[in-house]
Amino acid sequence: MVAVLTRIFGVHNLALAEDVVQDAFCRALEVWSFRGVPENPSAWLMAAAKNRALDVLRREKTARTYEPELSRWLESEWTLASEVEELFSDNAIKDDQLRMMFSCCHPQLPEEAQVMLMLHILCGFGIDEVASAFVTTYTAVEKRIPRAKKVLAGSKRLFDTQTATEFSVRLPAVQRALYLLFNEGYHGASAEFAVRAELCDEAMRLTRLLLEHSLGSKPSSYALSALMCLNRARLPARVDASGKLHSLLDQDRSRWDQKLIGEGLQLLELSAQGEALTEYHVEAGIAAVHATAPSVQATNWQEIVSLYDTLMTIRPTPIVALNRAIAVGQRDGADCGLRELGTIPDSDRLAKYPFYHAALAEFELQSGQVGNAIGHFEVALKLARSPMERQFFQDRIVSCQHAC
Amino acid sequence: MSNFAFLYRGRDSNASPEQMQKTMEKWRAWFKQLGDQGHLKDIGHPLETSGKVVRGKQKSVTDGPFAEAKDVVGGFTLIEARDLGQATELSKGCPILEVGGSVEVRPIQVLNM
Repeated sequence: MVAVLTRIFGVHNLALAEDVVQDAFCRALEVWSFRGVPENPSAWLMAAAKNRALDVLRREKTARTYEPELSRWLESEWTLASEVEELFSDNAIKDDQLRMMFSCCHPQLPEEAQVMLMLHILCGFGIDEVASAFVTTYTAVEKRIPRAKKVLAGSKRLFDTQTATEFSVRLPAVQRALYLLFNEGYHGASAEFAVRAELCDEAMRLTRLLLEHSLGSKPSSYALSALMCLNRARLPARVDASGKLHSLLDQDRSRWDQKLIGEGLQLLELSAQGEALTEYHVEAGIAAVHATAPSVQATNWQEIVSLYDTLMTIRPTPIVALNRAIAVGQRDGADCGLRELGTIPDSDRLAKYPFYHAALAEFELQSGQVGNAIGHFEVALKLARSPMERQFFQDRIVSCQHAC
Repeated sequence: MSNFAFLYRGRDSNASPEQMQKTMEKWRAWFKQLGDQGHLKDIGHPLETSGKVVRGKQKSVTDGPFAEAKDVVGGFTLIEARDLGQATELSKGCPILEVGGSVEVRPIQVLNM
């Protein structure tokens, strides 16, 4: 809704757009408490926002300037009502969300702020919900979002999604933000399955908007969407209903969503065109190998290692190197895994990453060095970033002690 | 380029909301077309069919105008066109003609003092 209204009022009137939405919700509370919730609440809210927008446009005609290319049609009664009607149509709403998505990825904003802004404006997350999604404090988000909004409102106009060059220049930033949004759900620290699933689903919804746009439906977008489907399919097994984390190695694979896996594989096929091989292609490839493997043992680890080799050439980060080493260990045995872990360049950058120590621990455990394993798990436990991770490492330590 | 006024008469004010919406959709499309071609000087506004009429030195005020619905000016637009011929051609796209209304095309008079 904010996206549509910002399109109408212009990005400099972002606050006005938010007020109108706020107003629509207030009216809803008032009316619904008397007459009950209508059959289609979201349509009701849209209609309320639309009427309120018309009011504002009529009343504040002289006080404000609106989106330049629209203002001529919004200033005359000949076209005002039908123009606003058109702007609230389903297709226009999709366009507006896309436009807002690109606007949120303003180059002056740090990546995390872009993601927070998307969540807040496009996914309707309140400050407290954004804070809980990012496992940070209310006050921190309360400071960051208005600052980000100011940058957004300072840009002269909303991003123009019809200009091919600008679109393709900003597309990678948008894909990156969507990727981060998804990962916040998939890997993030929130212990609640519902929160994680919602974040992943929102990222998938917005990515689909990208695929529906002629300029956005690039192979890399298909790859990103495939990656999300394939990983999302595994989420119910990764975090169970009680908020317990399960590593890939001990997940109940029957809980993987086969429909999503199928969708992901199809999208991956669609992504296989053009010249550019992006990190999303490779990560989706890795996810596809996992998603189609009947068990850990029957996984094609050779394929996974070579995909990680490719990923290292595109995005050589210590985390990618760590995952590659784990895959090597699965392929060649724990000793080789340990050796690979030892040769990771910049491994000191992983020193604070709990799953680095957890990987060391798992391989030590597999080679029978239970004492060493417990030691590594204890380091991981100290570094754990959320209660959920802490619980996970504690459980691992307990099962090591049983193994003694 | 010269300026012209389009005066619309005979708008159907008894239309149902659905018909109204469809009609306004047509008006919007027509205005967009005029705008894209650079003919739209001032889109103007639709007018209610009645108001007050103030007359003479006494400034007497009466309700009105009480003309036949088809004779009342129902709105106006300012158009930019090469000449009266072109302006007249442009007026032929007006949706009001489909419901039996009329467009009066009047050149804006240039007063030299």
